[in-house]
Amino acid sequence: MKHVITLNVNGDPYTVSVDPSQTLNEVLREELNLTGVKLGCGSGDCGACTVLMDGRAVSSCLTLAVEAEGKDILTVEGLAPSGEKLHVIQEEFIDKGAIQCGFCTAGMEMSALHLLNKNPSPTETEIREALSGNLCRCTGYAKIVEAISSAAQRMNDASERNQ
Amino acid sequence: MRLSKFDFHAPKTISEAIELLQSKGPDARLMAGGTDLLMKMKHGAVKPPCLISLKSVPGLNAIRFDESAGLTIGATALLSEVAEHPDILRHYPTVAQAARATANVQVRNMGTVVGNLCNASPAADNPPIHMAMRAVVLIEGPGGKRELPLDEFFRGPGVTALLPAEIVTGLRVPRMPVNAGTAYHSLSARGKLDCNAVGAAVMLTLKGKICEDVRLFISACGPTPLRGRKAEEMVRGKELTEEIAAKAGAEAAEESLPITDLRASADYRTEMVAVLTRRVLKEACQMALTSQPA
Repeated sequence: MKHVITLNVNGDPYTVSVDPSQTLNEVLREELNLTGVKLGCGSGDCGACTVLMDGRAVSSCLTLAVEAEGKDILTVEGLAPSGEKLHVIQEEFIDKGAIQCGFCTAGMEMSALHLLNKNPSPTETEIREALSGNLCRCTGYAKIVEAISSAAQRMNDASERNQ
Repeated sequence: MRLSKFDFHAPKTISEAIELLQSKGPDARLMAGGTDLLMKMKHGAVKPPCLISLKSVPGLNAIRFDESAGLTIGATALLSEVAEHPDILRHYPTVAQAARATANVQVRNMGTVVGNLCNASPAADNPPIHMAMRAVVLIEGPGGKRELPLDEFFRGPGVTALLPAEIVTGLRVPRMPVNAGTAYHSLSARGKLDCNAVGAAVMLTLKGKICEDVRLFISACGPTPLRGRKAEEMVRGKELTEEIAAKAGAEAAEESLPITDLRASADYRTEMVAVLTRRVLKEACQMALTSQPA
C-alpha cells in the first residue's frame, strides 16, 4: 500500500506517494529529480548519499521515505539555491582542489555542513572524525580537510563581520 | 540493492505496537533506527513482510537522568544523542564513549543504543559497558511489563531473551557506585566504522587502594558478550598492581571463546583480550582513584 507523505526539501514543500520499500534516496533522486544526492554503497558505509534531516547528517540510502514524513531535508542542491552563487563550503572545495571525480563531494559537503553547524571551529582531528562516514576513493582527504578548515574560517569571519 | 516489498506500520503507542506484533505474526519485524535491519533486508538476509516502526511513539526517545534512579535511555534515543548528552558525559562517561564508538556520524544520527542491544551482535559496541554497569532492560509485552538484567538478555548471535511480541522500551543504568571507575576499549581492522574484532569493558569499585568489586565483559570473543569471572576473581580484594592486571588479562584470555573469521584470527583475539583487559582495568582503577575524596 502506498503512503502519501509531505516533506520539506531545500525549503520547498512536496507531497509524494511512496511505497514503504522506497528509500529517501530513491525518492529524492527519482521522484524529485535531485540527482546531486548520490547512491554509493547503499548500506550506510560510504556517505555519498548523505543529506541533512532536521539538521542531522543521515544516510538517505538507509532512511525509509515513509519515515521522512514532516521532516526538513537539505540536499547539496539546497546549499546553492540560486544555482549560481555557491556555498562557502563548495567554493572552498573548488579553491583547495578537494574534488577529483566528484562522486563523494555532495556527501562530503553535507557532512561538513553538519559539523560546522555544531562546531564552528573544528580541529583537524574533529574534521577527520566528522568525515569518518564519508569515503573518497580518489584518496583526496588532505585537500578535503583543508577545504573544510578554511570554510570554517571564512564562515566565522563572516559571522563576526555581521555582529 | 532495492528493498523488497513490505507493509509499514508506525503505531503511536507501545500497546498498539504489541498488538501489531501479535496480529502480524512472527515474521513481522520491529524497527527503531533501522540501520541494521534495512541493511540485512537489502542483502536479502531477512525478508519481513511487515515492519513496525517505533519512532512515532511519543516520548520513547527520552533520555532521563535522576540522582537516585540513575539513567534511563528510551528505545528510540539516538546513538548520537546518548554520545552527546551532558548528564551521560558527566555521570556515565564510558556509556557516552561506547555510543560514540559505534559506526559513523550518519549511522549514529539514525541508529539507537537500544537497537544496538536488541540486534544482539556479539561484537556490538554498546552491550559490554552496560552489562558491566548492571543495566536493566525494560520490557513490555502481551503479559505486561517486566525487567531483565542486561547480562541475562543475550542468548546467542542475534538471539535475545525476548518472548514473542515483547518490546524493549528502554534501558535503565544505575548510578555508578562511589569510588568506582569504568572503561571500554575495542579493536577493529579499520579503527572506525567496521565491526569490532575484540572489545572489553569494566566497572571497578575501590575501597582505599583495594578493589572491592569488579565486573568485566569481553565482546566479539563468543556467541554473546562474555563475563570474565576468573579474571574478576584475580582482581577482587587486591590492589591492582601491574602484576595482578597482567594475571587478570591472562585469565580473561583463557576464559574467552574466540573464533577465526574475517575480522581477526582466534589467536590474535586471545592475545588482544589479555591486552584490552589489562588496559581497561588500569584505566577504570585510575578513574576510581581520582574520584575518591582526598
